[in-house]
Amino acid sequence: MSEDLVATHVLEFPGGYTRTTGPVIGRFLTELRDRRLVGVRTAGGRVLVPPLEYDPDTGEPVTEEYVEVGPAGTVQAWAWVGSPRPGHPLDRPFAWALISLDGADTALVHAVDAGSPKALRPGMRVRPRWRAATTGHITDIECFLPEVASLVAPVRAEYRVTPGRALTRFLEGVRDGRFVGGRCAGCAAVYVPYRESCPACGSVVEEEVEVADTGTVTTFAINNLPDPRAPEVPFVSAYVLLDGADTPMITLIGGVPAHEVRQGMRVHAVWVPPEERTLSMTNVKWFEPTGEPDADLDDSTGGAR
Amino acid sequence: MGNRCAVIGVGQTRYQTRRRDVSLAGLVREAALRALEDAGLTFADIDAVVIGKAPDLFEGVMMPEAYLADALGAAGKPVMRVHTAGSVGGSTALVGASLVQAGVHGRVLVVAFEKQSESNATWALTTHLPFNASLVVGAGGYFAPHIREYMRRSGAPDHVGTLVAVKDRLNALKNPYAHLRIPGINREMVESTPMLWEPIRYLETCPSSDGACAMVLAAEDKVTGTPAWIHGTAMRSEPITVAGRDVVSPRAGRDCAADVYRQAGVTDPRREIDVAEVYVPFSWYEPMWLENLGFAAEGEGWKLTEAGCTALDGDTPWNASGGVLSSNPIGASGLIRFAEAALQVRGMAGEHQVEGARLALGHAYGGGAQFFAMWIVGSSKP
Repeated sequence: MSEDLVATHVLEFPGGYTRTTGPVIGRFLTELRDRRLVGVRTAGGRVLVPPLEYDPDTGEPVTEEYVEVGPAGTVQAWAWVGSPRPGHPLDRPFAWALISLDGADTALVHAVDAGSPKALRPGMRVRPRWRAATTGHITDIECFLPEVASLVAPVRAEYRVTPGRALTRFLEGVRDGRFVGGRCAGCAAVYVPYRESCPACGSVVEEEVEVADTGTVTTFAINNLPDPRAPEVPFVSAYVLLDGADTPMITLIGGVPAHEVRQGMRVHAVWVPPEERTLSMTNVKWFEPTGEPDADLDDSTGGAR
Repeated sequence: MGNRCAVIGVGQTRYQTRRRDVSLAGLVREAALRALEDAGLTFADIDAVVIGKAPDLFEGVMMPEAYLADALGAAGKPVMRVHTAGSVGGSTALVGASLVQAGVHGRVLVVAFEKQSESNATWALTTHLPFNASLVVGAGGYFAPHIREYMRRSGAPDHVGTLVAVKDRLNALKNPYAHLRIPGINREMVESTPMLWEPIRYLETCPSSDGACAMVLAAEDKVTGTPAWIHGTAMRSEPITVAGRDVVSPRAGRDCAADVYRQAGVTDPRREIDVAEVYVPFSWYEPMWLENLGFAAEGEGWKLTEAGCTALDGDTPWNASGGVLSSNPIGASGLIRFAEAALQVRGMAGEHQVEGARLALGHAYGGGAQFFAMWIVGSSKP
């Protein structure tokens, strides 16, 4: 069809239709203007909210007894509106919900400003948010809001952290491209990173020992959850027992597909260029395979023999 | 071991992802009131309160024992908090028991809890401290390499972990308090879930739960109702990094088991212990702890699991309640093990009752498998 033969046509009674409320609906809207919610009682004793003039069960007129309900209520069911339209009560995603106001026997349809569909559940408690100026219209209630059931409690602790003497020695070594450990005078075990006391025998660890930057993967995990310290997923975090050390260190393995990493695999540290090094473990990009044959593993500790 | 002590009341909340309806205080009170009701007592009958929970970073509430004292009827009474990482629930029971065994108090209320929904445990356990050389992502990232080493050493087939994941969830279907209740749970379902920290699959891990557990412990002259008598208590710890440490079967666990067995006169745990509630947050820890606790020889634990020995109808049922794999309010998880052991010997475990259970083991571990707490309870006096 030619574009010329399409036209927009608006049907809108100038000024808007009037609606005579009658006594029952009028009472509801009048109370609404005063920020109260009322229902009307039927001859059978039920409380209808919003009120109706005639009992839908019997067709009889309702009584003249008005009952204050709410303002809190319970969500029975809802439909989520992900893209509100111009005529909708809210300009952000919201739920149309059936709300059973406290004291009412029927449910009221209204908007619930819940933020996310995940926040809604049957039985959720809500309360009205009133407009600043009320006029006696259902939109005097802007929307319903969930009751306060939790709050956000920010906790922030900010520390100045220093590595201490022993770890400083280790980091100085790492800055210079070497791993510094300490040999326990009591039990002769070599701890890497360097530490000042032996966790096994309690002796002071005084003797500094440089260990190799090659070692053996004793065991590892293939991590499928992302981590800021790893370049990609999956990544391998492995215990590597450096040659000359008696305790393994946990490190990233790179330069090899995750599923080709093996227990017993021989690896070496990949250092960042000297000019990029700092007092930090980031000097070691990762460990990657040396290509040597796999080492035997010690069954008693999971360490390399 | 000191004076006789018995569990006379057990209370648990339903374990679930989020308890939106209660505060921390409301949560612990719910468990405490149920334990008191079980014992036929009120807060007025309690002499002291011991509270356990895992790191404060989980909820961001420092010194929760001070905040929770009112909710636990502790005003004017001694109240203290215990913290030994994941084993804390077990340690809490043992600290409470020691107060009775030492003759200091007649009735002690022990309570442990976690409301994991208030933050995220993996975040709280992965704090990226400056200068730290470690590359560990949460508890799963820490334990996965040790599981891999167990598999290598024992030669266990890959599906053993799956079997535990299914078995514990089947048991959970019989426990009204359990968090994960998965109708129709089977091997295919577990094996279809992704590897998080290979070799650990999603359904081989424990859930994050909100919940609390409480017990009333009493001296012999204060016993009411049906008691579970304490036959042995033990705690051990070891450094997380020490040369020659066996991370698959930590010495602290073996020593702790030997100590608690000696006190209870147990020489053959698999035959003499009727039911065990053991801290298994990742499925492979069942065969690993079967060996560490002496239920099986080294390298043989997985064979018991594979043969169904640890099932509810097996010859040595483990985690009849569904265990940590089915409910994990971390701080409470150890206390739940101890409480479930007590329920079994009291004959009050309901649908997951092991018939005729007379002696039961409660076990918890924490940190990098470096803190251990155990007790043995029995239906008759030690």
